[in-house]
Amino acid sequence: MRMLGCVSPPTSGDLTILGGDPVRDGAAIRSRLGVVPQEDTLDNELTVRENLLVYGRYFGLPRKLINERTDQLLDFVQLTERAGDQVDPLSGGMKRRLTIARSLINDPDILILDEPTTGLDPQARHVVWDRLFSLKQRGVTLILTTHYMDEAEQLCDRLVVMDHGTIAAEGTPRELIARYSTQEVLELRFAPGTQDEAAEKIKDLSPERMEVTADRLLLYAADGDEFLARVHAAGIEPLTELVRRSSLEDVFLYLTGRTLVD
Amino acid sequence: MAVVSQPGAPLTLPALPGTVTLSVRALRCWLVAYRRTWRSSVWSSVFGPLFYLGAMGYGLGSLVDKNGTAALGGVPYVVFVAPAVLAVQAMNSGLSNALFPVFSAIHWNRIYIAARATMLRPSDIYRGHLLFIAMRIAMNSACFVVLMAAFGLIRSPWAVLLLPTAVLLGLAFAAPAAAWAVTLEHDTQMNYPIRFGAVPLMLFSGTFFPITQLPAWVRPVAYATPLWHGVALCRAFSLGTVNAGSVAINVGYLLALAAIGLWLGGRSYRRRLYV
Repeated sequence: MRMLGCVSPPTSGDLTILGGDPVRDGAAIRSRLGVVPQEDTLDNELTVRENLLVYGRYFGLPRKLINERTDQLLDFVQLTERAGDQVDPLSGGMKRRLTIARSLINDPDILILDEPTTGLDPQARHVVWDRLFSLKQRGVTLILTTHYMDEAEQLCDRLVVMDHGTIAAEGTPRELIARYSTQEVLELRFAPGTQDEAAEKIKDLSPERMEVTADRLLLYAADGDEFLARVHAAGIEPLTELVRRSSLEDVFLYLTGRTLVD
Repeated sequence: MAVVSQPGAPLTLPALPGTVTLSVRALRCWLVAYRRTWRSSVWSSVFGPLFYLGAMGYGLGSLVDKNGTAALGGVPYVVFVAPAVLAVQAMNSGLSNALFPVFSAIHWNRIYIAARATMLRPSDIYRGHLLFIAMRIAMNSACFVVLMAAFGLIRSPWAVLLLPTAVLLGLAFAAPAAAWAVTLEHDTQMNYPIRFGAVPLMLFSGTFFPITQLPAWVRPVAYATPLWHGVALCRAFSLGTVNAGSVAINVGYLLALAAIGLWLGGRSYRRRLYV
């Protein structure tokens, strides 16, 4: 992400952004980018409005234009009432929204977002998603990284699954699900200590794919209910059972393995 | 990571303004922040020198003057010490504005980290911050010079050069200090240049007594320190004891130190902010 933001030299391979070479034209490219970093870099001692003023000045915008855009952007991220307040006491969600507003002050061609909703409560996430979606509708190109598969499903037209710095898969959310997962997933939970035994028995039913996690078994099948009936017929009694549609989460787990990725 | 690359597409990137324009943009960020704190900082730049002049100049001076002031060039102690205290204050403004604020701009308020995502380059960020530091040194020094004049401690029209001298001296410390502070990982490291740099310099650079009072073998060390050159300049301009050759050496020394600092800072800022 830092390489895309032209604040790190590319380590290997070729990179062209907006038709420019990030090493040679880094500053010129950055003038056309908006960046929402993973950790907020707002100036907590300044007011909401001053943060936008400072940023607009960096891009050499005239005061009048900065003021106009500030009004529009604060309205856009629903922070108009807090315009004169210091940043420090704002909630995490508000700071994120302010960072998004700040990244838009130069009317960028590309907006780069690094985990834009990490650490936000569900309500705040939905507000951010809503704002990002409306930017997308307006034709702003968004590049975002996320660990949340629901976020990717909500916002992304094209998706790249990265695993240890390499591309594991690429496509639309729907394509990826079709390619790397089954239509449905059966989730089974068992009484503590009995899961291993049940997993052995279910293996004999030859499921299309089975994932054993710490607390449940995931069985991938075209028809979840049909497989559940076979489980019951085999005399296996789970504590809870759930049939659901496959999601990007399943794709991600399949592609990257069940280890915790950071 | 869907960046669509278009090899062969016409370059539509905007032209970049010059480094002066970009540095001034970085400076303006500091001015916005300074609007909040300037009142308290003005009080400290007025009272700091007043305390020094009162205690060292008039308090200690009343004892010194009783023993004759031949070694001081025949002027009262307060007149002797005031330009040196101006130099010390310029050094301290330079250091204090270039150490913790620079460290903070990386680690705490992260002003540099925010700025580097924009079209500013690391060298613009560095020079813009130095411009702000120069402004702060100039403000503090101007207060001091005005106070010196008000107390009748200035003996020569050369004193109009006190302000630019103080700014040069402050920058000769600030440029290398910022170049170093930007590389740090722990804030405690910044106490070393204060404790083992600024404090001994203040005590042994001919500030409170002429260097000729030191043992002969220590004098070359004192002559080699940047603060001594700043003190010598300020004193010459304030007392009117200007010697062209000495002034050229003093100014050359301080310019060289500032230039080395600028060169180092260009490198260290780039290494820190473009990784």
